[in-house]
Amino acid sequence: MQGPILVFAESSGSEFRKSAFEAVTEARRLADLSKREVHALSIGHEIRAQASSLGKFGADKVSVADDETLKLFQPDFYRQITLDLAKKVNPSVILLPATSTGKDLAPRLAIHLNTVVAADCTELEIRDDQFIATRPAYAGKVLLKVKMRGNPKVATLRPNVFTAKERVPAISPSVDSISFEKPTSRMVVKEFVTSGSKKQDLTEAGVIVSGGRGMGGPENYKILEELASVMGGVVGASRASVDAGWRPHSDQVGQTGRTVSPTLYIACGISGAIQHRVGMINSKVIVAINKDPEAPIFGFADYGIVGDVFEVVPALTQEMRKYYGKS
Amino acid sequence: MCVRRVPDTATRIKIAPDGKSIVTSDADFVINPYEEYALEQGVQLKEKHGGEVTLLTLGPEKSTNIILKALALGADRAIHLKSENFPDDPSAVARAIAAELKTVEFDILLFGKKGVDDDNQQVGPMVAELLGIPCVTQIVKLDISTGKAVAHREVEGGGIIVEATLPAAFTAEKDLTVPRYASLRELVAARKKPILVKEPQQFPGILETISVQYPPPRPPGRVLGKGVEAVPILVKVLHEEAKVI
Repeated sequence: MQGPILVFAESSGSEFRKSAFEAVTEARRLADLSKREVHALSIGHEIRAQASSLGKFGADKVSVADDETLKLFQPDFYRQITLDLAKKVNPSVILLPATSTGKDLAPRLAIHLNTVVAADCTELEIRDDQFIATRPAYAGKVLLKVKMRGNPKVATLRPNVFTAKERVPAISPSVDSISFEKPTSRMVVKEFVTSGSKKQDLTEAGVIVSGGRGMGGPENYKILEELASVMGGVVGASRASVDAGWRPHSDQVGQTGRTVSPTLYIACGISGAIQHRVGMINSKVIVAINKDPEAPIFGFADYGIVGDVFEVVPALTQEMRKYYGKS
Repeated sequence: MCVRRVPDTATRIKIAPDGKSIVTSDADFVINPYEEYALEQGVQLKEKHGGEVTLLTLGPEKSTNIILKALALGADRAIHLKSENFPDDPSAVARAIAAELKTVEFDILLFGKKGVDDDNQQVGPMVAELLGIPCVTQIVKLDISTGKAVAHREVEGGGIIVEATLPAAFTAEKDLTVPRYASLRELVAARKKPILVKEPQQFPGILETISVQYPPPRPPGRVLGKGVEAVPILVKVLHEEAKVI
């Protein structure tokens, strides 16, 4: 297994996503274990000025394709640029974030490179020159260790699992521009429509305040929004509350929704059914607030409060306001 | 329209004694949920624009149950690529499906965004790349007009609108449709619909599972108290003990 580790450093607007820094940091760690280079690829618009910041996380080289037509993720263009670079630099490993973009792009690349993707990985290792990936399956009910025949090895990294770490001293990477010739494409990404306020995505959030059936109705999520806002977090939901039409599917945490791993997950009026549990069990700290002391959620929450969410949550919001006001 | 069988999401997953696979003998099998949303979309398009819905399933003999269920839900015919031990590898599956699709004419190719068993999420876009057709993944809305599709993808922080020329592939997100239920009459009628059974082309697996483990258990937590009195304690432990705020 020779060749650099190629990282697709995803950006949004003219900034890199957190998952880009996470992927570059992990690539550096693997590269140091096996004496390889880290080659990052940035595709977007008005991102060139940021490119060298990837050196802080360990990139030796950065290739940038910067063009107005690349502002949004255009699968055919992004695939072509990445594939062309991969053919040029012969990477041993290609890492992408397991975001909606990475999960779309990775299989397209892999099939053209005669390989497959180790998807949504939570741990990577290179041992005796073997690339081994750990990935959850059955929504995290089990963890698989997988390896792949042939090169390159393509893997997507679950956001918020790998830690982005700045190096001291930073590397000043060489930055080169990729001239981009538009391939023919029979699909056009027209526009991005934000879901209201510019909010963090559940998969990248540090704090998630989630509500379930115990919230009683859509109007009551206001108290969760308030708590989330004080803590700089976002609101999530259980399947029951999404199926009831109280919250959009994009808020759903669980087996048919998002899998999240925030620093702090506060479950409010959520019983803790298996399909919800698998979506949030990898949170660093889980807090449960539920009036039913027998609710399964108390079996795996780190801290629990038995009580009425309509009393406890506003009190917690007030207490957090005091806390953040002080520190 | 591609469907396959997966263990029901409520199933407890058991690791086989070899430590490399899952015991599925006592699991309840269902149509992969994301493919139910896709199937419903296919049937709705047929009801609106005409045409036919053909199912394509790669899987063992036992897939017949979910094929019949999908036929009852409104598909017209099925192709069953029957294989008892096809490699558990999305690239091999994609190659076999693409090889079969080269012999079939279609305008719209629908997939679920992923199987709820292996969570690989790769087959749809891989098949589309092999066939050289557009693919829009994770869609929550699909409108078709002459020769063209407009799809909405769900992404972090919002939605993306994509226009594609047909034929094109799409992978369904949960919000795409609300699947209908099949009546007893439809379940009976499904038995008369044609199912073409054939062998898939074989492709080698590249992905190999070395081991399967249960995730490490979380250390036991504790209940801090009842009602609002416990709130200051919670803030204190989150700060001093858990150090997350």
